[in-house]
Amino acid sequence: MTDAGSFLDKEYPYGFVTPVDADAAPRGLNEDIIRFISKKKDEPEFMLRWRLKAFAGWKKMKEPAWASLKYPPIDYQDIIYYSAPRSKKDGPKSLEDVDREILETYKKLGIPLEEQKRLAGVAVDAVFDSVSVATTFKEKLKEYGVIFCPFSEAVRAHPELIEKYLGSVVPVTDNYFAALNSAVFSDGSFCYIPKGVRCPMELSTYFRINAAEIGQFERTLIVADDDACVSYLEGCTAPIRDKNQLHAAVVELVAHDRASIKYSTVQNWYAGDREGRGGIYNFVTKRGLCRGQRSRISWTQVETGSAITWKYPGCILKGDDSVGEFYSVAVVNNHQQADTGTRMIHLGKGTKSTIISKGISARFGKATYRGLVKMLPNAVNARNYTQCDSLLIGDRCGANTFPYIEVENRSSRVEHEATTSRIDEDQLFYCRQRGMSADNAVSMIVNGFCKEVFKNLPMEFAVEASRLLGVTLEGSVG
Amino acid sequence: MLEINDLHVSIDGKEILKGIDLTVNAGEVHAIMGPNGSGKSTLTRVLAGHPSCRVTGGSVTYEGKDLLAMSIEDRARAGVFLAFQYPIDIPGVNNTYFLRSALNEVRRSRGLEELDAVDFLTVLREKMKIVEMNESFLARPVNEGFSGGEKKRNEILQMAVLEPKLAVLDETDSGLDIDALRVVAGGVNRMRSPERAILLVTHYQRLLDYITPDRVHVLMEGKVVLSGEKELALHLEEKGYAWVKEP
Repeated sequence: MTDAGSFLDKEYPYGFVTPVDADAAPRGLNEDIIRFISKKKDEPEFMLRWRLKAFAGWKKMKEPAWASLKYPPIDYQDIIYYSAPRSKKDGPKSLEDVDREILETYKKLGIPLEEQKRLAGVAVDAVFDSVSVATTFKEKLKEYGVIFCPFSEAVRAHPELIEKYLGSVVPVTDNYFAALNSAVFSDGSFCYIPKGVRCPMELSTYFRINAAEIGQFERTLIVADDDACVSYLEGCTAPIRDKNQLHAAVVELVAHDRASIKYSTVQNWYAGDREGRGGIYNFVTKRGLCRGQRSRISWTQVETGSAITWKYPGCILKGDDSVGEFYSVAVVNNHQQADTGTRMIHLGKGTKSTIISKGISARFGKATYRGLVKMLPNAVNARNYTQCDSLLIGDRCGANTFPYIEVENRSSRVEHEATTSRIDEDQLFYCRQRGMSADNAVSMIVNGFCKEVFKNLPMEFAVEASRLLGVTLEGSVG
Repeated sequence: MLEINDLHVSIDGKEILKGIDLTVNAGEVHAIMGPNGSGKSTLTRVLAGHPSCRVTGGSVTYEGKDLLAMSIEDRARAGVFLAFQYPIDIPGVNNTYFLRSALNEVRRSRGLEELDAVDFLTVLREKMKIVEMNESFLARPVNEGFSGGEKKRNEILQMAVLEPKLAVLDETDSGLDIDALRVVAGGVNRMRSPERAILLVTHYQRLLDYITPDRVHVLMEGKVVLSGEKELALHLEEKGYAWVKEP
């Protein structure tokens, strides 16, 4: 277009590095490293055994090659699997113990951890490289019986819950990246909502990769007991580095009878530069188990970052009349690639799932939707509705849709709709002729396209997501 | 207000406008007529800055400034409005939001305060009366699923809200039934003012039954071949464009 190059490239605003003294494991992966991590975390014996089992499984597995992603081979021996800011003692006891530099980092990211400046009604667990550095509002949550703490703390304080639920949704050898995570994960968040409790505030974890050449492997486990209800938010950023960094997380959700879990993600890992150098490789396994009848799990994700995204948050709808939802916006600009979608596995009677996926590709970006809807023989009268829309900006980007549908009974119903459209020169011309800047026009058109997903995000997050989308796509029509 | 001098424009390497001269003063309504392919739409598009139009010669001065050096949005913010022959759909974006974003961006560029949703709605409702549009239109996505007549009325509504100084209407009458034509023409007439210039591009004389122009120009093969008073339009209607070519 005529205005090529006239828009400034918006720089990734979270790309700074925090100078902290770190305590790191030697490069590479073997049983000793796993023992090292487990020891650092002061874990009970069952955890070490669990990790070693995962590692043994992982060694026999092959990295999946079925995704529509192109990247050079990852050297798993060239990664540092554990890095923690060196603190007075293993893990800060209170916010006063948290390194000033780290508090500053979160402030720069717009997430003040000091409780006097806390976000209204949002409890935050902050994970910095391999460890959780602060969890806010713990006391208040305790009054309701809600457990919300760093994973490593949960392993020590609530081993019975961890032993019962860890790996119950994503088994250790579920897939290559989940197995790797199970072997080496160092921290993350744990959350337990007891029977009949509606969590009084939004819970959130903020992930930050700081150190160079480390991989971040965090683990999140959320359990909502009977009639419990929780809304959880996840955010992520990383410094600008010209080498790719690996992020392989696992998130497990368990919803008991009539429980409801809403999990929202705004993923803004460093995406690499305009030429595709650097950026995070994001290989994530997220799965929810609707274990009880009439339980509900809802995934909402806005994926704007990472050089590579490989992610299929899904639901296993085991309880009768349980409901699974997946609302997704995935944006790829420059040389980003995303292969993302969902899996809805219907086991119980009368289970329902909804999938709304919006893929946006700009410049050389490549977005793939890959989704599986499976209705097993017992899933009588199960229903699924899927809508996959792709929006292209420019003519060098691409979008693919791969829906896999397997129905093994006669009473289930599956509906699938898909569209592909393009922001064309004339749409932009029209908006600009009415006085809007090109970037605002793109942002408006894209937001219109994503409306059905954004309305499922908590209010503050929706505003953030919409803004982020604008920033991500700035200059995309140049 | 607008002065076009020896303007040459190419699209995809083909010269479409071959030396246009035209002067439009504030308060005037000019009609540009001509057969298909004479360059009428190109003229409207180059004024608005469509990226497909390559200016190969000549100049356009708007309120003393070099219009061709301005970006699309700067032209709009400076008061140039183009009513599209084929208005564009914007799915998922409702009319109210679209128009408010546009108006506020224009206002911001002029150092004016932005209108909040409530104030804007008051303005919008008032303007909607001009084009006889009903409330349900507000929440509908921009132009999506609109009938031809609705799209054209929407263009006039946008013009009424944005209050341009120079309004360029590209075949706003095409595809309208007689009732819609009356509404659209009524809207344009309401916009006539001593501070505003209007450039009407039309293929047929029909629109000029409702909007009386101060000047009529005939465009053929990329040039203005004849200019005159409003009677010229009637002559054309009677004798056809071939008549102009005859010696």
